[in-house]
Amino acid sequence: MSQVPPELRYSESHEWVREEDDGTLTIGISEHAQAQLGDLVYVELPEVGRPLHANESCGVVESVKAASDVYSPVGGRIVAVNSALADTPELVNQDPYGDGWLMRIEPDDRGELGALLDSDGYLALLEAEAEAE
Amino acid sequence: MPYVPHTDDDLREMLAVVGVGTVEDLFDEVPEGLRSASLGAVPASLSEIEVTRLMQARAARDGGALCFLGGGAYDHHVPAAVWEVASRGEFYSAYTPYQAEASQGTLQLLYEFQSMITALTAMDVANASLYDGASALAEAVLMAARVSRKGGHHSVLVPSSVHPTYRQVVRSIVRHQGIDLVEIPYAPGDGHVDPERLDQLDTSDAFALVVPQPNFFGVLEEVDALTDWGHRHGALVIGLVNPLTLALLKPPGEWGGQGADIVCGEGQPLGAPLSSGGPYFGFLCCKQPYVRQMPGRIVGRTVDLDERSGFTLTLQAREQHIRRSKATSNICTNQGLMVTAAAVHMTILGPRGLEAAASASHRNTADLVHRLSAVPGVSPVFARPFFHEAVLRLPAPVAAVLRAMAVQNVLAGLSLEDDYPELKGCLLVCATEKRTAEDLGLYVQHMDRILKKLAAAACPVRPRF
Repeated sequence: MSQVPPELRYSESHEWVREEDDGTLTIGISEHAQAQLGDLVYVELPEVGRPLHANESCGVVESVKAASDVYSPVGGRIVAVNSALADTPELVNQDPYGDGWLMRIEPDDRGELGALLDSDGYLALLEAEAEAE
Repeated sequence: MPYVPHTDDDLREMLAVVGVGTVEDLFDEVPEGLRSASLGAVPASLSEIEVTRLMQARAARDGGALCFLGGGAYDHHVPAAVWEVASRGEFYSAYTPYQAEASQGTLQLLYEFQSMITALTAMDVANASLYDGASALAEAVLMAARVSRKGGHHSVLVPSSVHPTYRQVVRSIVRHQGIDLVEIPYAPGDGHVDPERLDQLDTSDAFALVVPQPNFFGVLEEVDALTDWGHRHGALVIGLVNPLTLALLKPPGEWGGQGADIVCGEGQPLGAPLSSGGPYFGFLCCKQPYVRQMPGRIVGRTVDLDERSGFTLTLQAREQHIRRSKATSNICTNQGLMVTAAAVHMTILGPRGLEAAASASHRNTADLVHRLSAVPGVSPVFARPFFHEAVLRLPAPVAAVLRAMAVQNVLAGLSLEDDYPELKGCLLVCATEKRTAEDLGLYVQHMDRILKKLAAAACPVRPRF
C-alpha cells in the first residue's frame, strides 16, 4: 500500500497539504499519484504571486505517458514554487513528500482545510479506487 | 467496383439496431438552419473513361502555363527523384504510423527533416510539421500566448505586410481565445515595417510580434531592428519565413541580439508541386525553453536497451489523444508525406543546391523587374530590397492585363487591389529559378504589347462617318 503520512491532509485529486509554522501551506502530489504517473519528465508550476481558488488548476505534472493537472486544494496566493523541479522533475518520484514538493500557498481561509481528507480518509479513497479498478 | 462499402441491407440493419428509421433521422438534433443544402448540384455519375477524359482536359487547361505567380506558393524545380522516393510503398502515407516505433525508417526521415529545418532556421527544435503555413502561424501565436502568460496581455502585433490569407486564418483560429490581432501598417514607399515608427504604437497589451521575412510583397524587413524592438517591449518574436530564402538570408535564430523565439512558415517551396493549392505543409521551430508549449510531435533519437541507436516519438503527452481538451493544439495534422518529399528534396539539393535555387530566383526576379521598368508606365512600387517577388505599378487595370496575358498562356502575377485597396493597379510578380531568359523576354514582350493595346483602346476613337 502507498505511503500516506498521517500528519498531512489530502485532496481527492491526490495532492497533499502540510501546514507550516509560518501559516503557509506546502503542496505536493501523493506517493500514489507519482507512482501512477511513472517517471516525471516535466513539471509546470504557477507564477509566484498568482491568486487561486480552491480546486483551480494551477500546474501540470508530465510523465512519458501522461500529463496531469495539479489543483490547488485551497484558495489563496502562491508564495513559492519548487524551482529545483525545472531541472530535476524526478525529485517528485524520489521524494514526493519532501524534496519533491510543488508549491507553497498563503491560504485565504484556513477553514477550507477542514474540507480535505485526513490520512485515514485518503487511505480509504485509495482502497475504494483500487476496488473500482 | 463499388466504393461505398454499405449495401442497402447493411444500412437497414444498422438503423434497426440503433432504432431509427432513416439515415436522415440521425441528424435530427441539428437544427434545420444549420444543415447544408442537398447535394443536388452534384452531377450524375460518370464512367471511368468519362472521368479520365474530363480530368485530362482540366489538367491540360491548368498545366503548361508559364508561371510568374507567387504570393505564398512558388513554382520551383522539384527533381524527379524526390517524388520517386517519396511515393515508394515504404513512405507513401499521409500518416505517422500508430505504432510509431515499429516504423524506424519513417521516424528517421522525420528526424532528419527536423534537423534540416533547425539548421536552416538556426533554431533549437523543430516539430514534425503542421498543416500549412497559415495554420503554423496561428499555432505560433497560440504558443506565444501560452509561453508569455502575461496577465492581461492579449494582443499580437501583425504587420499588414504578412500574407492576407494568413492574417485571416490566424484571426479565425485565435479570436475565440481572447487574442486580438493588432495590425502594424507598412511604410507606403518601402513596403516594409519601419522600425522607427513602431514606437508610435501602443504596445502595452502585446505579448508577441510577428516578423515576416521576406514579407508578402517580397520585400526584406529590417529583421534585426524589429526583433530587438520586440524583445525590448517584452514581446516574443515570431519569425515567419520562406525556408528556401534561408539558404541566403540570415536565419531567424540569429536575428537581432537574441534571435527570434518561435519560427514558422510554409514548406511548399521545398519539394511540393503547386498542384492547384495543396497539399502543402507548415513547419514550426522554437528555442529550447519553449518546447513544452510547442504543438505537434517531435521525433527524437535515442538508444535501446542494447545501446543500439533508434528513433522515437517524444513530447507526445501534450497531444490531444492523451491530453484531450488541454492539449497544446487540437489541430494535430502533420503532413507526413509532404515532409517526406521535403526531406528528400533538401537532401538531393543540399545546402549548395538550395542556395543556387534561391539566388537564381532572386536574380531572375531582379532581371524581370529591371526589364519591365523599361516598359512605358511600369514602375516598381517599393524602394526596399526584395527576395524573389516584387510589386509593380501598371498603367492599365491589372485584371485586364492578367486576362490578356493568360490568353498567351502566361500567369503574369497576382493583383493586389483586393487585399490592399491602396495598391490598385499593382501587380505582384515572381520569377523562380525555372524561368529562362527567353521566358522573361516573352513576358516583357507580351506586357509591352498588351499595355499599348489597352492604352489605345482607352483613347476615344471617333467614327469616320
